[in-house]
Amino acid sequence: MDIIGEILISAALIVSGIFGFVGSFGLVRLRNTLQRLHAPTKATTLGVGGMLVASMIWFYVEKGQFSFHELLITMFLFLTAPITAHFIAKVYMVQHLRGDDLPPSGTGEGWSPYDDAPEDRRTP
Amino acid sequence: MIEMALFFAASCYGLALILDLWRIAQGPTAADRILALDTMVINVIALLVLYGIWRGTAIYFEAAMLIAMVGFVSTVAYCRYLLRGNIIE
Repeated sequence: MDIIGEILISAALIVSGIFGFVGSFGLVRLRNTLQRLHAPTKATTLGVGGMLVASMIWFYVEKGQFSFHELLITMFLFLTAPITAHFIAKVYMVQHLRGDDLPPSGTGEGWSPYDDAPEDRRTP
Repeated sequence: MIEMALFFAASCYGLALILDLWRIAQGPTAADRILALDTMVINVIALLVLYGIWRGTAIYFEAAMLIAMVGFVSTVAYCRYLLRGNIIE
């Protein structure tokens, strides 16, 4: 196996492992729930991303062909991570904050977990 | 060299799974538990890809893709149940 490919694969694997561990360590270490929401995003983006880069380089060096499954997994995770974080933050807000404590939303309507959706204002 | 890097990454993700499990058992709020479960799904995806590199087959990508989809759907369903008391209205 090519020595440059081996070094690249090992570097990507080590970076991925470090970031995966840092994500879960922050999940244990940080004090507040909304602070804890910050840490596992490192594991989602850089941890899984580094692992998939290592896998792509490995399949190119070893088998001599590109594989694109990895890009599919990365794209799916990048699309779904913000939605998950949004839902978890909403659950925390509904269970632990009152609507009166929040600053005004600035749109004339309330915040979405506490008030109903505004009326449909489109002109026919 | 690749074997040592694979071992290092696998032990990092194993430790990360133990820390997630601690947060699930400890977590003061339900949002913490959902977040730790979602992080466990992410770590398991990385471990599956790593196992695929180790065994030299591409068959584990399909398993990783399926676990990614099921993990996202289950997280959204749990959050939605806590928000609205119902999953599909």
